[in-house]
This record gives sequence, structure tokens and C-alpha cells, in this order.
Amino acid sequence: MRGLWNLTWLEIKIFAREPLGVVGTVLIPVVMFVLVGRMLGGRVTSSDRLRVFVGADLPVFTVMLIALNAVLSLVTIIAIYRESGILKRLRATPLRPHTILTAHVLAKLVFTVLTLALLAAAGRRFYPVALDVPWFSFGVALLVSTVSILSIGFLVASLVPTARFAQPIGTLFFYPMLGVSGLFVPLESLSPALQTLGHALPLTYAVSLLRGIWLGDSWLAHGWDVAGLIAVFVICTALSARVFRWQ
Amino acid sequence: MATGPVIQVTHLRKRYGSTVAVDDVSFEVNEGEIFGLIGPNGAGKTTTMECVEGVRTPDDGHISVLGLDPIRDIYELQPRVGVQLQEAHLQKRIKVREAVALWASLYRSTLDPRQLLEQLGLGDKRDAWFMTLSGGQKQRLFIALALINNPEVVFLDELTTGLDPQARHAIWDLVRGIRARGKTIFLTTHLMEEAERLCDRVAIIDHGHIVDINSPSGLIRKHCPQRSVIVTTDDRSADARLRAIAGVEVTRADDGVLTVRGDSAELMTGVIQCLADHRIRVTDFQTVVPTLEDVFLKLTGRTIRE
Repeated sequence: MRGLWNLTWLEIKIFAREPLGVVGTVLIPVVMFVLVGRMLGGRVTSSDRLRVFVGADLPVFTVMLIALNAVLSLVTIIAIYRESGILKRLRATPLRPHTILTAHVLAKLVFTVLTLALLAAAGRRFYPVALDVPWFSFGVALLVSTVSILSIGFLVASLVPTARFAQPIGTLFFYPMLGVSGLFVPLESLSPALQTLGHALPLTYAVSLLRGIWLGDSWLAHGWDVAGLIAVFVICTALSARVFRWQ
Repeated sequence: MATGPVIQVTHLRKRYGSTVAVDDVSFEVNEGEIFGLIGPNGAGKTTTMECVEGVRTPDDGHISVLGLDPIRDIYELQPRVGVQLQEAHLQKRIKVREAVALWASLYRSTLDPRQLLEQLGLGDKRDAWFMTLSGGQKQRLFIALALINNPEVVFLDELTTGLDPQARHAIWDLVRGIRARGKTIFLTTHLMEEAERLCDRVAIIDHGHIVDINSPSGLIRKHCPQRSVIVTTDDRSADARLRAIAGVEVTRADDGVLTVRGDSAELMTGVIQCLADHRIRVTDFQTVVPTLEDVFLKLTGRTIRE
């Protein structure tokens, strides 16, 4: 793992230098979150449905979007690095392939955690609903979910032909998954075919785990979700290690 | 180090699908020399070099670098070699000193990064982003990255492609400086002038085959021994006097310009002697010596830029 911390820290600094890099990934979600909270604030007390939405679905939805955004950004960066020969150049050094990839994942995780920490701080200050959430458990659940989703991102990054296609293909790949994940519509109300599809896709397990832990479920109740996410991680990592192209 | 070649390639083959990029290539690179693999784009230069660097896996053949196998022993080999890849890039917003520091962190023993950047003329660019560097500065940075681990062998792939003549000359001086420090250099180029000025020995490669290997002057002597002297004179007797020199061929153009051709190394001396002996007044005197470009044309039947 020689060079891992150097490379991770470097990638964080380089990303922070991107125009709109930090503003886009960290500040905009927080600002949006505060604005939506303000808009809904007055109405929450008058509606139970809204209270459930703001109290449970909105946070999970926000978290999922931030995680997906990190994954899409990862897919794009890997594609750009490959296309412009940066990956090839890094590979001709004693850096091990998995070190380069791990550094990128860590850099993305740092920004995801930063965004979420700011969200949590803003939530305490501005959120219309008082929350009693097991933050530590939720953090762990989020880490498991994000790493699992990132591994799918790597598989996509291994397969997209050029940087120009990375973002659209990534979007086409991930957002429909979100549609049948049970986040917007409960899985039970979908047609049997879509339910089967939903159960086959990893985001469903992430949503179920995050929402459950947010609402105070025990880890035991979500053993299958965790097992599913770990299985996805193992399969995707193994697959992308086989098909990953450096140039 | 034990005597014997630093790099040894025997019967190397590499194909991409149905295209054979490198076909039965064999050569050796000796310690302390600048060895050039020259040929047009698509001849197999980069593929060959990347196989030797361990970046690409050959289909067939045997490669040894410093006695190691570039694929099997890659992690043992990497600290001892420096690599500059063709058309490489770094992160747009990485600073020059950050790139060098990252590279330095990967090796056990390194040169002093600050001093290295000074030597390569990048001292005042330490805090510049990669994307703001000129072509020549980028290439010098890549040379710095290739040298940071104080390697025994340096690989330089199309080092000066796309640079202006001034930057090119500056880079050539740098490369000679690397050899002066006792390193072995293996480079590729499609610029015959670069090969002729820089390389101790060159291998001409075309369509994946090595056509010949020798020193640039050796190749010229062997394949294009003929030199010419072009004499402009009003003296009517000059034609006959010059024809009298042994082993030459003289042609006369309508405007009185005489071209004297011959294979002998003594041709120039012979012509000058003849002109002086017979007090022939000349208004112009040019010599035409064949270059590696001519050798290439002769061996492959086409110019390198075709």
C-alpha cells in the first residue's frame, strides 16, 4: 500500500482545485437541503404524511443521491484518467493497481462524509422535525452501502468506452435502479416483475438497510441487506479486476 | 554490474487481433549507451518498448532487463528503471512538485526532488499546475519523473514529438547528460535527425521487423556510401579534369553546375586536390553527405513521414 496516503491526499487536493468541485459536491446539497427544510418547515406539523416523508424518506433519499453522485463522479474520473493516459502513467510506477483505485474511493468517501457531516450539522440547526437517530449505526450502514455501490461504479468504469460516455452511461445505469429500490414507491406495490427486478438490484438493499437503521431497527433485522451488499461488493470487485482496462 | 547486455530481447512477437505489431524482433542494449529504436509511426516501436518496460505482455519471445523478466519480476525491476511513456498525461491540476513528491514517495532511494527540478529547468515551475505547462516543460517533468529513482536504465518513448526545435535541442542535451551519469538509455523516435545526433546505436524497425542494427554512421557507410560534391564553375576544363579522378561519376547540368559522386571516403579530398592542382575557379562548392533518412528510404523504400 506504499503511496496510498500520498495519492489519496493528492487526489483530494486536486479535486478541491476543480472549479465547482467542492461547491458542487459539498455546498450545493447542503444549501438545497436547508432550503427544502425551510420551505416544508411550516407545513410539517400539520401533516402526518409529510412528517414521515421529512423524518425518514427525505434523509435516506438525500444520502442515496449523494452516494450515487460520488459514484458517478468516480466513474467519470476513472474514464478521464484512462482516456488521457494518466492511469497508464501511474501504472508504470511501483504503485499497485489496487492502490490507485483505493485512493480514488477514499477520496470520494472523504467528500461524501464531509457533505453528510455538514448536512447533519445543518439539520440540527434548521430541520423542522426533531430526530432521534442512531448516528453511529447509520454511519456504518452508509459506509457499507457506499462501498458496495462504489464497487458497482468500478465495474461500470471498467466497461465504459470513453470519458464522454461515462456520465450518461453511469446515470442510465444507476438512476433506474433507484426507481425500483423501494425508495419512492414501496416494493410491495410494484408489479411482480418489477419486484423481482428490485430484489435483484443492490440499491434496494442499501435503501432498506439505511431506512431501517435510520428508523431504529436492529442490525439483525437487516442481516440479509448487509449480506446482499457484501455479495455485490465481492462480485463487482472480482469482475472489475478481470475486465478493467488501463488504456 | 556483470558484463553483458543490459537489455536483451529475443524473438519478440506481439499481435493485436489479426494485426501483427511486432514480429520476431531481437536486439541487445549495452550498458551506458543510448540505443534508439527508429521507424515510422505504427512500425512497432512503442509496442516493443512497452513489452520491455513490462507495461505490455508479449505473445512470444524472451525479454531480459538487468537480468530480470519485465512481467514476472516487474516489482523488482521498477525501482531500477525509469519510464517516460508516449503521450502520457498527469492530473490537470497536480502541481509539478506534488507529482515529483508522489513519485519520490514510491521508491526507497531517490534523488533530491528540488535539485532535480532545478537541473531540468523547472525550478520556477514547482508550484505550477500540470495543465499550465508548455509541451517542453511537460516533457521535462516526465523526464524528472523517469529519473527520480536514480534508475540504471531509462526508457524514453517519442520524447521530443510535438516540440519546437529549440525545446528539442534542450531535451537532447538533457539526454546526453543522463548518459554522462552512466545510465543506459533506450529510446524510440521517428525523427531521423534525433537518432543520428543522439544515439550510439540504432535499430531500424519497419512493419514490426528489425531491418538493421548499427551505429548511425555505420548504417550510412553500409547502405548509402555514396557522397556528392556540387561544384559551380565557369571553367570549361573542369568537367574533364574532375572525371579524371579515380572512381567518380560526374554529371553536368545546363547551367554549368557539376555534380561529382563517389563511394570513397577520399572523395572530398580528391575533388579539392583536383580543383587546386588545376587552379579551377569555383563560385560555389557544396557537399552532400547521406543521412539516416537516406538509409531509411533505401532500406524500406519510403520516407519516414509517409
